[in-house]
Amino acid sequence: MRKLIAGFRYRLNRFREDATLAHSDTAEPTRRDFLYIATGAMGAVGAGALAWPFIDQMNPDASALALASIEVDVSSVQEGQSITVKWRGKPVFVRNRTAKEVEEANSVPVGDLPDPLARNSNLPDTAEATDANRAAEGKEAWLVMVGICTHLGCVPLGQQGDYDGWFCPCHGSHYDTAGRIRKGPAPQNLLIPPYEFVSDTKVKIG
Amino acid sequence: MAGHSNYVPQSAAAKWLESRLPVISLVRGSFVDFPTPKNLNYWWTFGGILAVMLVAQIITGVVLVMHYTPSTGAAFNSVEHIMRDVNFGWMLRYLHANGASMFFIAVYIHIFRGMYYGSYKAPREISWILGVVIFLIMMGTAFMGYVLPWGQMSFWGATVITNLFSAIPLVGEAIRTWLWGGFAVDNPTLNRFFSLHYLLPFMIAGVVILHVWAFHTTGNNNPTGVQPKTKQDTVPFHPYYTIKDLFAIVVFMILFSWFAFYVPNYMGHPDNYIEANPLVTPAHIVPEWYFLPFYAILRAIPDKLGGVLAMFGAIAVLFVLPWLDTSKVRSGTYRPLFKQFFWIFALVCVALGYLGAMPAEPKYVFWARICTAYYFAHFLIILPLLGFLEKPKPLPASISEAVLKGGSASPAGAVSAPEIK
Repeated sequence: MRKLIAGFRYRLNRFREDATLAHSDTAEPTRRDFLYIATGAMGAVGAGALAWPFIDQMNPDASALALASIEVDVSSVQEGQSITVKWRGKPVFVRNRTAKEVEEANSVPVGDLPDPLARNSNLPDTAEATDANRAAEGKEAWLVMVGICTHLGCVPLGQQGDYDGWFCPCHGSHYDTAGRIRKGPAPQNLLIPPYEFVSDTKVKIG
Repeated sequence: MAGHSNYVPQSAAAKWLESRLPVISLVRGSFVDFPTPKNLNYWWTFGGILAVMLVAQIITGVVLVMHYTPSTGAAFNSVEHIMRDVNFGWMLRYLHANGASMFFIAVYIHIFRGMYYGSYKAPREISWILGVVIFLIMMGTAFMGYVLPWGQMSFWGATVITNLFSAIPLVGEAIRTWLWGGFAVDNPTLNRFFSLHYLLPFMIAGVVILHVWAFHTTGNNNPTGVQPKTKQDTVPFHPYYTIKDLFAIVVFMILFSWFAFYVPNYMGHPDNYIEANPLVTPAHIVPEWYFLPFYAILRAIPDKLGGVLAMFGAIAVLFVLPWLDTSKVRSGTYRPLFKQFFWIFALVCVALGYLGAMPAEPKYVFWARICTAYYFAHFLIILPLLGFLEKPKPLPASISEAVLKGGSASPAGAVSAPEIK
């Protein structure tokens, strides 16, 4: 016991000496200064590491990330008709366009479009927003898009607006018959999700 | 605060407590003996009204939570359950929903009062800034509360507001996904909004204490804007202002009751009685009335990021208002030009509210642009210039003089130099 107290006294005195040293007027950084900074830095890293789980818990959880793809039967969708299906909690428009609509979409030079990129998940990011790049591969009448306005996320109304395509009632964005933004505050063309025609009448989305 | 009280504990129990925790002298110094300018008009009662509304919202909210279920499958029905089955549920919900609107009516009057009488100017900048912080938290709280019934307006309001963050370059999409906890507004979003909607009012209460502490340190502003100079310029808070505030609170409660009991859905939107449907956006979505001016500013800018920046900028500019107004005279009463611009500004804000409620059609967007430009010009051009161009009326020598000689009449020999303290 006596030994223990003696050891404690010794350490306390060492600490006092060091503390006086650290607060002396010398400009030379002491070993104590280094330890203070190292301790503080370690504490900051620890606080950051502890904060991360509390922030990351708000990111999409495992069940939200486990995304199934869906298969849609489009055999009953006649020319000039559309259906809306739900994928990843979002509406997806599948439209069998009329010849007039395809022609209208083809008549616009890409250079005149506010967003010249195709925004097609099945093509490279740099693909141009031509009608062929927007429509289904080899089936130009078919258009499959995420039905969410690229402005603030409302669902646009079909076959409306100044370009016979889609019109978003929330803030007045007009999309053309290929789902490309033409007028209004939306910055991008409607997104084309990853999809493929697995047969003539079945589309697999996702 | 405590320093304003001459309280000396008399009873043994009071002495015992006071020597351990001086809470009695703190309360007496803040809300009983506190020297208050004797000329405060009824526009000054809205601070007290707001305190009552905060307490009312917390009490009605806490009991509503006893019956509400925060889940996309059950939320809408649990609100109908509150309306139909729960004892007095209809009343509690209508009080809470209309209480939010009444809270904003009071806060807007309170803010415009501060603007008219220059309450944001030195030495009350911190009190003003804390007030803007409270206003911001209030907006967040009200927005998240509106999402909880999970009606169509709840869902699409939440979608549009959370999408605002996607306008931020580079990290915008990641922030939006983080806010949603998924790839669309869904159950995780509803749950976190519920959690935060319960938390934020208590944060407001905390900031309110700082807000009051700040202007109790500097002393209240008053309709003349002249600092109290002698004891003759002030009266104790109690009974003079406790009773005046109480009277105003009772009158305000009559208006509140009229809304809650006679037209409880007047300030709401019928679409919110349709359960949320992620596949159909209502033809005309609008936020609650108290967000309409900011919504009009958002829609006035034909660019996504620009619109979002303008909308947040419209609130951010309030933080620097104390330094944008260059005039040394606080009260609008003594500023002939400012007074006119103030009322034009107030009208522009009301006009923005009207335009925000209208559909996104060219003629409305045109006027929204004019009003948005004026809104920012008021803060960034008119207020800084007025301080140099305007010749203020002579200020009264003291509050007592203004009170005894009547309002803004300039008495002979009044100090004409703007007060600089």
